Amino acid sequence: MWAYLVRRLMYALPILMGVNLLTFALFFVVNTPDDMARMQLGVKRVTPEAIERWKVERGYDKPLFFNEGAEDGEQLTDTVFFDKSLRMFVFDFGAADDGRDIAREIQQRMGPSLAIALPTFVLGLFVTVSFALMLVFFRATPLDFWGVVLCVAMMSISSLFYIIGGQWLISKVWHLVPISGYGGGLDAPRFLALPVMLGVIGGIGSSTRWYRTIFLEEISRDYVRTARAKGVSELTVLFRHVLKNAMIPILTGVVVVIPLLFMGSLIIESFFGIPGLGSYTIDAIQAQDFSVVRAMVFIGSVLYIVGLILTDLSYTLVDPRVRFE
Amino acid sequence: MIGHGFETVVLWTDACFFLLIAACVVGGLHAWRRPHLRRSWARVGERPVGMAAIVVLLVFLLIGILDSLHFRAALPPTAGQTETIYATEVTSVLDVVMHRQRTDVERTYSAPLATHAFVKEAIELPDGGQRRDFPRLVHGGAHLADAAQDHRADIVSRLALGAAVGVGLSLLAAACLSVFNGGIKRLMRGETQLAWRSAWLTWSVVAVVAGMLVSLAQGYHVFGTDKVGQDVFYLTLKSVRTALMIGTLTTLVTLPLAIALGILAGYFGGWVDDVIQYLYTVLNSIPGVLLIAAAVLMMQVFIENHPDWFATAAERSDARLLALCFILGVTSWTGLCRLLRGETLKLRELEYVQAARAFGVPTVRILLRHVLPNLMHIVIIALVMDFSGLVLAEAVLSYVGIGVDPNMASFGTLINAARMELARDPMVWWSLAAAFVFMFVLVLAANLLADVVRDAFDPRAG
Repeated sequence: MWAYLVRRLMYALPILMGVNLLTFALFFVVNTPDDMARMQLGVKRVTPEAIERWKVERGYDKPLFFNEGAEDGEQLTDTVFFDKSLRMFVFDFGAADDGRDIAREIQQRMGPSLAIALPTFVLGLFVTVSFALMLVFFRATPLDFWGVVLCVAMMSISSLFYIIGGQWLISKVWHLVPISGYGGGLDAPRFLALPVMLGVIGGIGSSTRWYRTIFLEEISRDYVRTARAKGVSELTVLFRHVLKNAMIPILTGVVVVIPLLFMGSLIIESFFGIPGLGSYTIDAIQAQDFSVVRAMVFIGSVLYIVGLILTDLSYTLVDPRVRFE
Repeated sequence: MIGHGFETVVLWTDACFFLLIAACVVGGLHAWRRPHLRRSWARVGERPVGMAAIVVLLVFLLIGILDSLHFRAALPPTAGQTETIYATEVTSVLDVVMHRQRTDVERTYSAPLATHAFVKEAIELPDGGQRRDFPRLVHGGAHLADAAQDHRADIVSRLALGAAVGVGLSLLAAACLSVFNGGIKRLMRGETQLAWRSAWLTWSVVAVVAGMLVSLAQGYHVFGTDKVGQDVFYLTLKSVRTALMIGTLTTLVTLPLAIALGILAGYFGGWVDDVIQYLYTVLNSIPGVLLIAAAVLMMQVFIENHPDWFATAAERSDARLLALCFILGVTSWTGLCRLLRGETLKLRELEYVQAARAFGVPTVRILLRHVLPNLMHIVIIALVMDFSGLVLAEAVLSYVGIGVDPNMASFGTLINAARMELARDPMVWWSLAAAFVFMFVLVLAANLLADVVRDAFDPRAG
């Protein structure tokens, strides 16, 4: 298993390198640092000196790939590419536009993000899988039909409306929980209840339908018919046979997103004013803070690759036929 | 407003949109001539849900097309002027149709169908004093002599008129349909091969609702007005075009990339496959929103730094819309590409492809004649299924600030503007409600059609 893990991690390196090159091209080649400086300082009245100062402050004044003026080894290391891109591999992201260290900021903001994303994920998985199992149990009845209709209707509503509607109804009309904000310790559940609930509700439509399709495909298999022929009750068939065998397609979709939970949810965090990574990203996008966006892209892809490896590992847990070669 | 002539303007998105419609027509004719394709499409039409969804989508498409025929009106000639001068503002046919709603701007918020403003203002009294009250709107209900007394009766009579026109349109449709389908009885009993009854019912609902809205819109702001007094009904209809553009133009980028790379990877294997797989793993591993955000930020810098490229504001926001479609396309081709690669892997081992290769048919010909047609069902299903997701994505992206130009009407910008006003008491709810209803109907119709199309084209679904 360790050999397998090491090999997978080696595969991950070229992919991360690709992500790195892509973001570097996006941020420094499509638009030169001069263009970005002009944009940030206001297009109209901007002096060459101001641009130069902006570039020096951020370390963008070096050549992109190759520094002709430097000594031997520094020809490659004293460049924008090395400073801004390669350093990310050791999680050195430099400072944001407001001068704070990005890596530190990310560490601090991971907590609140997870506090929202983890309960949403676990609760959402539980609710949607149970709902889907129920629909499959009552398949080909009016309950199943209207359940699917409800799912299609729910997936046709933009996630923005769930949040706006929930905030309005629960916080403004019923005054049950604060409209937005975040507090640690015992205060946290009061602030977290609504965003978690809305996150779960927003995902019900599409996920339930997806699980339902998986379960229906599984329930028409021969082994299920055999189990029924032996007199196994329908509930046992569902939970012992169908659910277990449907684990592989479910895990394929689910495990990948677990590491990405660290990133938080952009929309929910910004609506509820939660100081997590999602709102950090949104603020950075709106303030056009390029170094933060670049750092988040890199972290996002690292977490995605971790998710892919975890997915492969999880297969061995649920399916003994899968082995590492 | 076009009394002095006009000059047609074809924006880039218009050109792409009409190109796409033309491609759909050509594809439709092609499918019509092939019995097996015709049968698949007929299966879509046999389902009542499919027909209903198609009718609703066609109505949205009509609005989108009307809003995509752009021109610049000529300004009235002044003395001594030799050549005509055109307005800098680009208008569409929809703007002409809704001229009233476009130009009748109030000062600020007003509720749907209101005759008086939403907030109190100081009103000058004839005797020189002042009084704080809700002032009369400049345009909404301006035709009423006594707003308090006539308001209700006027609305009811307008509703009745609109409904009557709607019923008339519905009867007209019933007459046309029964001519083509062997009598009114067969149509009403649902005995036609395609589900024309469902199409007719949907059309009737749409016609009656549209009739009422149009009839009311002649005297009032049906969905109220927004912060700067613009008619929300007009803005909502303008948003339809943006949603359609995002949902359809993205495929112009997705399809060529996904089809070409998917087939190449699946058919040739080896290092070609490795390179293409590497490419889409890299793209896939960047969380979608972040990649889009990064690309859009860069595009903003680019547009900001080249102001001289765009003659009018419409052209600039149009370029931004097109770029957004491009970016969405570049980030979303990977899923379809992987599906096509897998299917091509299977196809290349089939006997008829092997036989073609043994006969020495050139590779390009094998790909075009034997592989591509057998992949089209996957492409069609993916296209229809992506549409609703893209429309929803636009709203979220515009909310984050990386969507369409803030000055362009879109569901995202509507929601974004309305969101701030929820804290107000009493609440300004109408922009949100209008955006919600239109978006819901559009996306629901697309989702339902996607289901029907998948059932009709997927060979595995019996």
